[in-house]
Amino acid sequence: MRILVCMSVVPDTTSKITFKDSNTKFNTDGVQFIINPYDELALTKALEIAESNNGTVTVINVGLADAEPSIRKALAIGANDAIRVNTEPKDALFVATQIAKIAKENNYDLILTGRESIDYNGGLICGLLGELLDIPSINVATKIELQNGKIIALRDIDGGHEELECTLPCVISAQKELCEPRIPNMRGIMSARSKPLVIVESISENDYAEYVSFELPEPKQGVRMIDAANAGELLDLLRNEKKLI
Amino acid sequence: MSIIVFAEHDKGTFKKSSFEALTYAQDLAAAKGLTVTAVVIGAADSNLNQLGNHGANKVISVKGNNLDIFSAEAFSNVMAKVAGEENASIVIVSNTYSGKSISPRVAVKLGAGIISGVISLPTDDFSVKKTAFSNKAMAFMKLKSDKKVFCLVPNSYEVKNFSFNAEIKEIAIDIESSAINTKSLNISKASGKIPLTEAEIVVSGGRGMKGPENWGMIEELASLLGAATACSKPVSDMDWRSHEEHVGQTGITIKPNVYIAIGISGAIQHLAGVSSSKVICVINKDAEAPFFKAADYGIVGDAFEVLPQLIAKAKQLNN
Ligand SMILES: Cc1cc2nc3c(=O)[nH]c(=O)nc-3n(C[C@H](O)[C@H](O)[C@H](O)COP(=O)(O)OP(=O)(O)OC[C@H]3O[C@@H](n4cnc5c(N)ncnc54)[C@H](O)[C@@H]3O)c2cc1C
Ligand SMILES: Nc1ncnc2c1ncn2[C@@H]1O[C@H](COP(=O)(O)O)[C@@H](O)[C@H]1O
Repeated sequence: MRILVCMSVVPDTTSKITFKDSNTKFNTDGVQFIINPYDELALTKALEIAESNNGTVTVINVGLADAEPSIRKALAIGANDAIRVNTEPKDALFVATQIAKIAKENNYDLILTGRESIDYNGGLICGLLGELLDIPSINVATKIELQNGKIIALRDIDGGHEELECTLPCVISAQKELCEPRIPNMRGIMSARSKPLVIVESISENDYAEYVSFELPEPKQGVRMIDAANAGELLDLLRNEKKLI
Repeated sequence: MSIIVFAEHDKGTFKKSSFEALTYAQDLAAAKGLTVTAVVIGAADSNLNQLGNHGANKVISVKGNNLDIFSAEAFSNVMAKVAGEENASIVIVSNTYSGKSISPRVAVKLGAGIISGVISLPTDDFSVKKTAFSNKAMAFMKLKSDKKVFCLVPNSYEVKNFSFNAEIKEIAIDIESSAINTKSLNISKASGKIPLTEAEIVVSGGRGMKGPENWGMIEELASLLGAATACSKPVSDMDWRSHEEHVGQTGITIKPNVYIAIGISGAIQHLAGVSSSKVICVINKDAEAPFFKAADYGIVGDAFEVLPQLIAKAKQLNN
């Protein structure tokens, strides 16, 4: 059982988001980077499946050298080895193409991603990989189990969920609820230093999509307070002033 | 040349997000001199003419083996086939769970570029606004490929009425069972409830609600307002409410017209999932709660005193 976990490195959830160079670049000053929270779940689930099926877990990141502390953390959590494709992660299709090339060379049985990366929020990599590799893809899964060589998964749908059975190989994206993320222990941290982290060069690819600029939401006009003794006024305002209820 | 739109439906009932996608496509088509074709997969006969009302010039209703239950493999296959036959240069899909499952597969099949999380019409050079950094910012992203796939965020484009008399064409496409590697075992949906992602009004409770036993008031207000219910992360972590209701950076992102937050402090991760709601109403007993900074209307007060007043008022308005 060989499992590949796709991992992006993103600004910590409490980061203040600002931009520089006339709003064309994300300002990383003072920003702390972490493993994308959904990818931590994907990694933990991969380790659980690998442990009970005599498997291995490889982590892959498309990114520059500054991603390495997070990759080492993934090794400390328990991944066997890691691959970094040395290039700036541009748009989703570009990233997925890089990952698909490595995946084709290695014949993984199962590929896990996060449901989305919390910075660029594409949520596309899972489906892109499925199609690029011509394997099934299950988006936004809250349960992934291996039973008799098949995957049983729950995926979120609008207002509920669907239970699916799926053959291997396949690619699945992880949603919270899937598991509790593992934290590295001392032994893991020590052994992470000597685990293999292979750096490969990227393949050139059409750059179909590009970020032009960024903008911050307009600040609110200021809050209008309503007296708690007369709380019903809120609904009057929503109906008469905003015409929304 | 045409724009094709994935018209998502639940056993024949079209989603509001599909009408939004059609309206969006028609506004784009008018600017570019294109036509709009709605693609309906699986039986939805009785309501097909609704699609013309919201912007479809033509409707293609596709039936065949393995198309009655959604699967990403079969549905993306159909969309790509129809895109080819209709000579489509642009595909519009809603940014829903099913939409996001098929759109990347369609993009690869067509050799198209793709942008998800779209919240505006493209400019002349095909730059669109999209959500980024968990709604803490927006990005302008440009698609340079000849063929393009856009995933439109629900509730970000207003439905219009066009009253087109759309031509309806039925076609058969059979998908071999061997081409589908997933099998749907069971679908469970909370019946009679408005799905959170589609709701125009959302009533949401946080830890300030003290315990699951107090959610009756939230549900009552929600049902009087025709609203969905939501909650903060600790509330779902403690199992007071199911995880499907958890909104925020690590939960669902919503953008309803009205978001009413009760006993929620307004942590940055919570705001990330709700801050693009049109009107935010905050009820909190602590005047210093950070949520008031992001609110349009605020009430400093005890939820257990304010909620009964709101319920009484909503009953009065409903009469
Ligand atoms: C990586 C990460 C991701 C996260 N993702 C999310 C996310 O997606 N969504 C999310 O919600 N949180 C998320 N959080 C958690 C977030 O930081 C906050 O802890 C959480 O939102 C707080 O929930 P709360 O407002 O319900 O509870 P609290 O912070 O405990 O606030 C309760 C509020 O209720 C008020 N209150 C108490 N009693 C009453 C009363 N009787 N009447 C009226 N008001 C009352 C209090 O004044 C207080 O403001 C995340 C955290 C991390 C670290
Ligand atoms: N640069 C990257 N390197 C490796 N995996 C990535 C990268 N970007 C995104 N992913 C994976 O794809 C998932 C969805 O990301 P996105 O499509 O960017 O929202 C993430 O949770 C990761 O699992």
